[in-house]
Amino acid sequence: MSITTPLIQHHKHCDELFASAEESCANGDWAAGEKAFALLQNQLETHFTSEEELLFPAFETATGMRSGPTEVMRGEHRQMRGLLAQMQGALASRDSDTFGGAAGTLLILMQQHNLKEENILYPMCDNALGASPVGASLIERLSPS
Amino acid sequence: MHPHLSFDQAPPISVPYRFFLVAPWFGVMAGILLAWSGGDALASRWTPEALALTHLIAVGFMLQAMCGALLQFIPVAVGANVWRPKLVANIVQPLLLLATLLLVGGLLFSRPGMFTVAVPLFLLALGGFVVVVALALWRTPATSMSLWALRLAIGGLAITVLLGSLLAEALARGFSVPILELTDVHLAWGLGGWGLMLLAGVSYQVVPMFQLTRPYPPWLTRWFAPLMLLMLLAWSAQIFIDPVRWLPLIALCLLSMLSAYAASTLWLQYTRRRKIHDATSLYFRVAMLSMLAFVVSGAVFLLFPDLGADPRFAVWLGVLAFAGVFVSAISGMMYKIMPFLNWLHLQLLNPPLSAMPNMNRMIPADAMTGQLRLHVLAVVLLLAAVWQPGLTRLAGTAFAVSCAWLGWNLVGAVRRYRTFKDQIRAAALHC
Repeated sequence: MSITTPLIQHHKHCDELFASAEESCANGDWAAGEKAFALLQNQLETHFTSEEELLFPAFETATGMRSGPTEVMRGEHRQMRGLLAQMQGALASRDSDTFGGAAGTLLILMQQHNLKEENILYPMCDNALGASPVGASLIERLSPS
Repeated sequence: MHPHLSFDQAPPISVPYRFFLVAPWFGVMAGILLAWSGGDALASRWTPEALALTHLIAVGFMLQAMCGALLQFIPVAVGANVWRPKLVANIVQPLLLLATLLLVGGLLFSRPGMFTVAVPLFLLALGGFVVVVALALWRTPATSMSLWALRLAIGGLAITVLLGSLLAEALARGFSVPILELTDVHLAWGLGGWGLMLLAGVSYQVVPMFQLTRPYPPWLTRWFAPLMLLMLLAWSAQIFIDPVRWLPLIALCLLSMLSAYAASTLWLQYTRRRKIHDATSLYFRVAMLSMLAFVVSGAVFLLFPDLGADPRFAVWLGVLAFAGVFVSAISGMMYKIMPFLNWLHLQLLNPPLSAMPNMNRMIPADAMTGQLRLHVLAVVLLLAAVWQPGLTRLAGTAFAVSCAWLGWNLVGAVRRYRTFKDQIRAAALHC
């Protein structure tokens, strides 16, 4: 298992949570939607901070690349946090149109972000970090509590 | 480490848009041409009208949209950064537009002289495009089955253009080449080696992404592209060997591959995790069902050669492939890409959260599904018109209106992008 395998597995986990939250809200089941959305937001936040606090700094130290791919990924995390905030607002006001629109946007942003990470950035991290202890810390943070 | 990997994922928004905005209007021209010609335009694939229609769709609609989509897609999906995409788009797109009009004019009015102007324009535009995109695809550090399909697709485009140029020059200058065989090989490379290879390479990424499906089965992604290449090379033998007895066997293999890809896509969509439907997922479904209809029709053609001897049969296959598969899949993709790109580029202005419109506000959902329904009706009418020439004018009109509606929806997306951009800037000034 490479250092970034837990992150790839966690992407799939977040996809599942996203589908549940979107489906519940689209069906007007707001109570289930709220629960599923809270879980999604929590897990995405865990994912973002794991990368921002552990993986990216380790990669930047190992390679000296501070304004490259990791900076772009941090920017996309900011955009996704913005969309999650929009979804949260729509959920509170039971506005399914706005929720659906923000969710649809988040899905594509999230998927193309994951694609870039899994196809390009993670392999670069695996190469640069080798047997670094970062892997163990990522497993600890991302494992279901 | 990877010095050429800039990670600046998105080219300027004008790069894909200048291709996307033009594409549907070639579909409109095709519909008008059909409505105007009426009757026997679809009697055989060799009528001047049928040849002109084929190229209006293949080069005018499909190639325009595919070039724009590729310039947008490959940096994001496979980390392949294209050299100066804006410059490339500014040169390639207008040259392609002009070359297409000249080619179609030459075919429609039987004026091969026009080909002698079209061919150098095509070679310049698409030669440049192929070189720039191929360089990007070969220099990326990424590895995926999608990437291999895209690399083979760009090779397929190069071969299609070279064969097409050879055919056009042969017609214009009157030198002798095996026209019928060369045309079949040119068509196979265009539809299979370029169009389908690109569609497959893109699907491996976007079908799981947009609908949260499982990934495509590894046996399919591993074998589809190389087998397709092998089959196309074997198919091309007919230029040099006469007669080729195993051509039906190659055709059967190709049909099996198409059915494997289309059935896998439909199955993945059916078992998807995301339950929300949108115009893109429905359009993809129409495309895959058309592909299966193509496979069944093609199998009938092979098994009952007498039935297939009717020249209308090839036109039937052409309608399924061009209007049913490719126009559908491309329309669906544009409906997903443009709203997202609008959103992405508006984000770059750093708007406050409350001022940021989401993707659903870029093209109204009703307008997209309404247009989709009309497109399906137009495809059904086109198929019926192949056997009932009396329906040709109606089918042409329906296709023209459907493509105009598509074009109007895309123009609307650009208009809304500009409006939101002005609103965000005005809000920033007041802060």
